[in-house]
Amino acid sequence: MSHVKMQGSIVVVGVGPAGIAAAWAAAEAGGDVLMVDNGAAAGGQIWRGGKALDRLSTKWLRRLERAKGIRRVGALVVSAEADRKLLLAETAEGGSVGVRYEKLILATGARERFLPFAGWTLPGVVGAGGLQALVKSGLDVRGKRVVLAGSGPLLLAVADLLREREATVVLIAEQARMAAIMRFGMKLASAPAKLIQAVVLKARLATVPYLTGCWVERAEGAERLKSVMLNQGGRRWRVECDYLGTGFGLIPNMELAGLLGCETGPGGVVVDARQRTSVEGVYCAGEAAGIGGVDKSLAEGEIAGWAAAGQEDTARALEGVRAKQLGFAAALGEAFGLREELKGLVTAETVVCRCEDVRMGALEGMEDWREAKLQTRCGMGRCQGRVCGGALEFLKGWTPAVVKPPVFPARVATMVAEDEV
Amino acid sequence: MNAPDIIVVGAGIVGAACALELARGGARVSVYDRGIVAGGASAAGMGHVCVMDDSEAQFQLTRYSLELWAEMSPEMPAAAEHVYCGTLWVAADEEEMAEARRKAEFYLPRGTPAELLDEKQLAAAEPNLRKGLAGGLLLPADSVLYQPAVAWWMLNEAKKLGATVHVNQPVESIEDDGLHMGDGTVVAAGRVVNAAGAWAARLTRNTPVKPKKGHLMITERAAEFVRHEVIELGYIKSAHSGATEAVAFNVAPRPAGQVLIGSCRQLGVWDAAIDRKILNKMLRRAIEYMPGLAGLRGIRSWTGFRAATEDSLPLIGPCEGYERVWLATGHEGLGITTATGTAKVLAAQMLGRECGIPVAPYLPSRRVAGHG
Amino acid sequence: MDERFEIRIDGRTYEVERGTTVAAALLNAGVTRFHDAPGGEPRAPLCGMGICFECMVRINGEEGCLACQTVCRRGMEVVTR
Repeated sequence: MSHVKMQGSIVVVGVGPAGIAAAWAAAEAGGDVLMVDNGAAAGGQIWRGGKALDRLSTKWLRRLERAKGIRRVGALVVSAEADRKLLLAETAEGGSVGVRYEKLILATGARERFLPFAGWTLPGVVGAGGLQALVKSGLDVRGKRVVLAGSGPLLLAVADLLREREATVVLIAEQARMAAIMRFGMKLASAPAKLIQAVVLKARLATVPYLTGCWVERAEGAERLKSVMLNQGGRRWRVECDYLGTGFGLIPNMELAGLLGCETGPGGVVVDARQRTSVEGVYCAGEAAGIGGVDKSLAEGEIAGWAAAGQEDTARALEGVRAKQLGFAAALGEAFGLREELKGLVTAETVVCRCEDVRMGALEGMEDWREAKLQTRCGMGRCQGRVCGGALEFLKGWTPAVVKPPVFPARVATMVAEDEV
Repeated sequence: MNAPDIIVVGAGIVGAACALELARGGARVSVYDRGIVAGGASAAGMGHVCVMDDSEAQFQLTRYSLELWAEMSPEMPAAAEHVYCGTLWVAADEEEMAEARRKAEFYLPRGTPAELLDEKQLAAAEPNLRKGLAGGLLLPADSVLYQPAVAWWMLNEAKKLGATVHVNQPVESIEDDGLHMGDGTVVAAGRVVNAAGAWAARLTRNTPVKPKKGHLMITERAAEFVRHEVIELGYIKSAHSGATEAVAFNVAPRPAGQVLIGSCRQLGVWDAAIDRKILNKMLRRAIEYMPGLAGLRGIRSWTGFRAATEDSLPLIGPCEGYERVWLATGHEGLGITTATGTAKVLAAQMLGRECGIPVAPYLPSRRVAGHG
Repeated sequence: MDERFEIRIDGRTYEVERGTTVAAALLNAGVTRFHDAPGGEPRAPLCGMGICFECMVRINGEEGCLACQTVCRRGMEVVTR
């Protein structure tokens, strides 16, 4: 397989809003910028699909397009060596890419948190964001009956997309209580752009029932999803559907940061006001540094870009914007906090680790995440615990173990591609 | 509650096997570990159970242990994943083929099955090996198991006989009055066994073990890619050369189809971080022997610390300079293989239980005599 | 450039629109079983973003490809399970 060596004075991992803003700012400041992402179109998960873009995404994608001094390489970063300032990436064709950096900006985004319940492994049960991604990449949902269940504003955005693509959104089940969401709505008033967004969404979704304090207890069907059993305050009823889109908020993607030795906390990679991580020359921006939405990602991306390129003053000027967005992020987390009852949806029979088919009962008596991995193989499969890890963090309070290479399954040939002989 | 008769420090495969054997011998046993069950070298090994012939004493202990594993195997749960896949020693050239023949001539008269393979037979046995290797030696009675699950099961069996297991209990040192804990307390015991692997030297004096760091990588599932525990015969040279750092081609199948890739040795290194330089060296060596490995996806890598002794034999018996402290450590790369034999050798001395082999070669005091 | 072309899924021919991922094409074709869990249960895409590995299929002879991260190309040969 081919091996390519590249380098950039500022290397950005991720092409979502934070990565785009970071690359743009760094290039504006005259930096030589190299963006690394797994070959997907610019925009990341949120701006994926190209169609139906709003003004904000149009503006930023155009900025990226027109910026001078930004190169891109389509390869998934699978490993890194902080001391050699080296990233190892793999292309879709299996070739390897070694990327040397002077400054590194991590904009690795977030993934959905999934919580296990009976039947959640059935085909037809998809992540809410996953369903959004599938629809944007060609899934035809015309006439399909979809239930959206879980937590957070993403459910509304997905419902809006589904409605636009002529699916029947049967209902949205939000686990959080109405009172908490109302309080959050009040706080939105201080962020006008978001308020308008929310109002527009709500108006468009007027015909879709939005049930709060409600969740899916069980997904039913033999070889694929046929129906879901809902629970709202003890009232249970069955709804037939073709897809269930489920997700319980977002989890920052911190694996690469962890491998580089950056300090991480439960909420994201630890950064200072200039998005600097604990490792010299490594910055982190956007969802990976703490869940907070697109505006926070853009602000942090810009700060990281300016700061990495040595334009401290420009970076400092964005402090206020960042602070405001952090306030919003905190309110968001509070409003959509996961309720204890959700832990009760898991029985001893429920599969927790999908890669290795480990059921909850097998984790009985395990001291911690490491012991569970050793004794049951939970989290030892291909996804490297990205799915069950988020669930077990909530269910058992287990924190992830030390990150070791590779951060994504990678060809052995890729691992050894950048040897210094 | 009265103090236990015996405390075993170390809940790895060796400590667990000793605890079970001692409990079966009627002792009231407690097990203490600074971390979790099988969290040290036992979490890092390949699970290889193999006969070895570096010395007569090593052969005796490994062969005896294999017999004990065979007896224990039917009792073990499915999670132990004990599979008789056999060891395939690979000879790259005629010099290594001569070593294969020497091994066969050592094993056969001693009743250990061994089969010499020529170039063709080797290729048939492991189709993913590169062409042009000289041949090999198949040891069909060797096996692999999943040692964390085995240690877990052994401790559960010991618990059924009244043993207690205390994890996440950092022991500072071991003295004749018991365990001196990190919080300043002393846990009293009739006798104490130091089975703390590479960490043993931190707990007792006169415990000449040093860490030998190793790296491993595991791949995604690749059914039938590797069928045996496969090791290059060059391993003998690399493992025993005086060099402080060595790599060798060594792969093993996991029952679900993943491939474990080893192995390397770094003497005296205590840093648990992945050392990319030696990891890559190890992976390159593996690709040399099995080019197809380059195309498999690696999922994880990790490190561990073997407890190495000067003469490559474990220390099993009374610890010099103590009245009531015993050792069961220093197994280097054979801790999993010889856990069962070690437990017998230890229990023979501590409880007067029967043992199928002489215990003298493994006594810690052998070293003092040697130094004399 | 054609906006639609053919790919093969488990030996049958389907027409897909340019830009469609293999995962979306499979679901549109009515495929629900992308691969089998170790215990034998059918599995299909969950995360849609290359994290969960539940959409693994064989593409042009290569095992373990992520259907949700692969865009359909003319004449592509996809095999499930």
